[in-house]
Amino acid sequence: MPPAVGLGCVAVLMGVAVLAVILGRSRASTGLVYGLCLIASVVAGANAFLRVAAEEAWATTLPLALPWLGAHFRIDALSAFFLLVVNLGGAAASLYSMGYGRHESAPQRVMPFFPVFLAGMNLVVMADDAFTFLLTWEFMSLTSWALVMAHHHEPENRRAATIYLLMASFGTLCLLLAFGLLAGPDGGYSFAAIRAGQPAPGVAALVLILVLLGAGSKAGLVPLHVWLPLAHPAAPSPVSALMSGVMTKVAIYGFLRIVLDLLGAPAWWWSLLVITLGGITAALGVLYALMQQDLKRLLAYSTVENVGIIFIGIGLALAFRANAMNWAAALALTAALLHVLNHTIFKSLLFFGAGSVLSATGLRDIEQLGGLIHRMPVTSFTFLVGSAAIAALPPLNGFVSEWLTFQAILLSPEIPQWGLKLAIPAVGGLLALAATLAGACFVRAFGITFLGRPRSPAVGAAHEVDRFSLAAMILLAALCLFAGVLPGLLIDFMRPAVLLLTGDVMPHQLGREWLSIVPIAESRSSYNGLLVFVFIALSTSVTVLGIHRLASHALRRGPAWDCGFPSASPVTQYSASSFAQPIRRVFGALVFRARERVEMPAPGDLRPARLQVRLRDLIWELLYAPVADAIWWAADRLNRLQFLTIRRYLSLVFLALISLLLVVAIWT
Amino acid sequence: MDVIADIAVQGAQMVLVLVLAPLFTGLVRKLKARLLRRRGPSIFQPYRDLLRLLRKEVVLAENASWLFRVAPYLIFAATWVAAALVPTFATGLVFSWSADLIAIIALLGSARFFLALAGLDIGTSFGGIGSSREMLIGTLAEPAMIMIVFTLALVVGSTQLATMAEHMLVPGVGLRVSLGLALIALVMVAIAENARIPVDNPATHLELTMVHEAMVLEYSGRHLAMIELASALKLQLYVALIACVFAPWGLARDGEGIAAYAIGTLAFLGKLAVGGFLLALFETSIAKMRVFRVPEFLGAALMLGLLGTLLLFVSRSL
Repeated sequence: MPPAVGLGCVAVLMGVAVLAVILGRSRASTGLVYGLCLIASVVAGANAFLRVAAEEAWATTLPLALPWLGAHFRIDALSAFFLLVVNLGGAAASLYSMGYGRHESAPQRVMPFFPVFLAGMNLVVMADDAFTFLLTWEFMSLTSWALVMAHHHEPENRRAATIYLLMASFGTLCLLLAFGLLAGPDGGYSFAAIRAGQPAPGVAALVLILVLLGAGSKAGLVPLHVWLPLAHPAAPSPVSALMSGVMTKVAIYGFLRIVLDLLGAPAWWWSLLVITLGGITAALGVLYALMQQDLKRLLAYSTVENVGIIFIGIGLALAFRANAMNWAAALALTAALLHVLNHTIFKSLLFFGAGSVLSATGLRDIEQLGGLIHRMPVTSFTFLVGSAAIAALPPLNGFVSEWLTFQAILLSPEIPQWGLKLAIPAVGGLLALAATLAGACFVRAFGITFLGRPRSPAVGAAHEVDRFSLAAMILLAALCLFAGVLPGLLIDFMRPAVLLLTGDVMPHQLGREWLSIVPIAESRSSYNGLLVFVFIALSTSVTVLGIHRLASHALRRGPAWDCGFPSASPVTQYSASSFAQPIRRVFGALVFRARERVEMPAPGDLRPARLQVRLRDLIWELLYAPVADAIWWAADRLNRLQFLTIRRYLSLVFLALISLLLVVAIWT
Repeated sequence: MDVIADIAVQGAQMVLVLVLAPLFTGLVRKLKARLLRRRGPSIFQPYRDLLRLLRKEVVLAENASWLFRVAPYLIFAATWVAAALVPTFATGLVFSWSADLIAIIALLGSARFFLALAGLDIGTSFGGIGSSREMLIGTLAEPAMIMIVFTLALVVGSTQLATMAEHMLVPGVGLRVSLGLALIALVMVAIAENARIPVDNPATHLELTMVHEAMVLEYSGRHLAMIELASALKLQLYVALIACVFAPWGLARDGEGIAAYAIGTLAFLGKLAVGGFLLALFETSIAKMRVFRVPEFLGAALMLGLLGTLLLFVSRSL
């Protein structure tokens, strides 16, 4: 396949957008537009797949953007790996949209932007100079913003879009400054020039912090995550899947590219910053997720958690690289990259499931769902697979990447710096806590949504969704199992990308007996997804066969026992908030300042008792609200400038000119 | 021939844990009864209970889904596989390198995941309360367990159980602060994970403080038998785990022949008896806690585990 295929696919996607505008809102166009997106994504993904292992990076310069500079594009192993992730998510979302798009109430607001959003994400990963990177990054932000605004009639969506736009602009500003520092006074804007020049330690540290703010706000690092839980529910479900499963990965690509590739040798304290932020993000994200009732909001917060896990891996890789333990850095980075791929797979799957529930019932609030497993068997099964994968249950894929991260943590007592010696075990504890809280979170999400009895009439009328949506979900569920059972294949596959960033690789995994994965040595640790899977499958079938041979087959359906007092009313079931109550009581007092108030009427009074729960979002209150207040205050003061006479305006301009001239005079 | 012998030993291990698990549960119950000056049922009573359950019909709630019927088998299989990976009479089992201690914990986590889902499936308040509390206990017990694994892995330099056991057999390990902390934390986690007093009461029904029994309230017949057997296996697994790491004496090494295996089995029976006695003694001498005291109990285990890990990060000799 010729290497320019990647750019060709981008051009096709742009063309599809134009086509979508021309076709407008006609029903038949849905299949055509998304079908073309699917084909373009599959071709681009296949191209990326081949490029990962290619020895030579492919590069080209297009006569676009600034005249006489051109736009540089390059696909090396790292770009190719992320291109694969982007196009995998893109292909799945396109396939899903071929069915889901028919229920879309405003298709003319979604269809033109969907392909350009895909194109934008492809371009960011291919960009090879600072201008192109920033331009395509902003392009990606704006197209996704347009998609968040698709249902702009609801005020909360407009608010979400505004906050998203603000956070995206803030992120781009930080990246702009970071590249400004990196390019240096000579203006070496291409990545090759940046890579060649070594910035001074102080400048490098400043760049790191700016990139953490810029890429971190896009990826959803705490405390910059506030836009995710607002924007992801506002967008149409396949777009939520793309934003959550794919766009956050593009942000992680940006972080890796700048910090591990362009910035030169890291200082040890960088990793302390990254690991700590990652650990806090992981634990806080999942705690927030546990408190949500909106299914898509819950999934958005869970993305925050997974981004935290990925950043823990990246931070460990930085720590090892700063201490010249490249083989250990390779292990940590492999864990992070594997989690990138895994998260794209299962988070897209879960958002598709949420979208199916939404299109079947019109509800996102899990308190009103329940019992959907009877009405939507395939959706519920695939959602179960996704939940088990994200809860890191073996033999599915989420477990493998978390296991590798734990193995990387176990290598870190060799690190000499005391700050890291104390931080890494604590972050290991946070990671373990996040992993198990994720289990509780998805028991709650799946259990309340799909199990039990229907909590509202809309559920009774729900029907299984169309074939395209089901195909997309089944495909991703199968990938969850495949990536969990044969992780060795994937680890070997991403070796070139890991080599590029750490200068070392994990040992070959495919040659091992029975395809085990062995990070360092067999006596140290090994895990075999295939054998665990076969082992579980065999013992389950032995048990089932044995039971069916030995035990009584009699089965009778009856009313639920419920300790002898079954109640027909579905409100007697455990609800989502009652399920979360014990965890809220244990962690909520600290994290959310949770307060519960019980109003118990006096005996004889017939009013119902009331339980009120108040949760506070401390990050919003302490960080964002003061900033917003300050801006309002300043705007109020500056508002007067709008109503000056022309004479005053002229004198204002004159004074400004004088003071600037003075500054210039004193400066030199 | 070696491969066949290896698989035979692994198979023997799987059968052994399955056969001994109800016996161990019966033993603990008998000892508890004797400590309370009751006569108590025979130690073989759990076998009779299981057979009786298998012969009974299943009464299924009207809105039970396929998940409710599949869950007991999945729970049992995941627990059985985890139990089969912990060395009981011999180390170096052929499949022991397919999963390390972290994977064994995750397998038990899978069993918990499906048990909690099964508790929610019928849509009753008891099932929900059980699931919700079980997940609370799990979210604290599992990280504590991971920190214990970190401590052990840093001492031994491996997360493989077989390597751990062999390392502990070498006299050079000595007494370490971190290992002491890990042992205490592991015992606490084992008590919580197996729904024992003071965290939960395995002998209770119809009590608002119950956790495990509330989740399985709607199960009957063969499904209940599977779940009962799984929880017996899990209890025995934790005893085997503690024995294998902290008291690995008598374990047969790889390929030491039939005599070593026989000694290993006898040693394992002895360890089970000691473990059962200690558990019964502990359970009869302590009162059950309120549910919201459990986080403090498990938080202590988590802190002990973290402390053990931190000590090892600071100095390898502690």
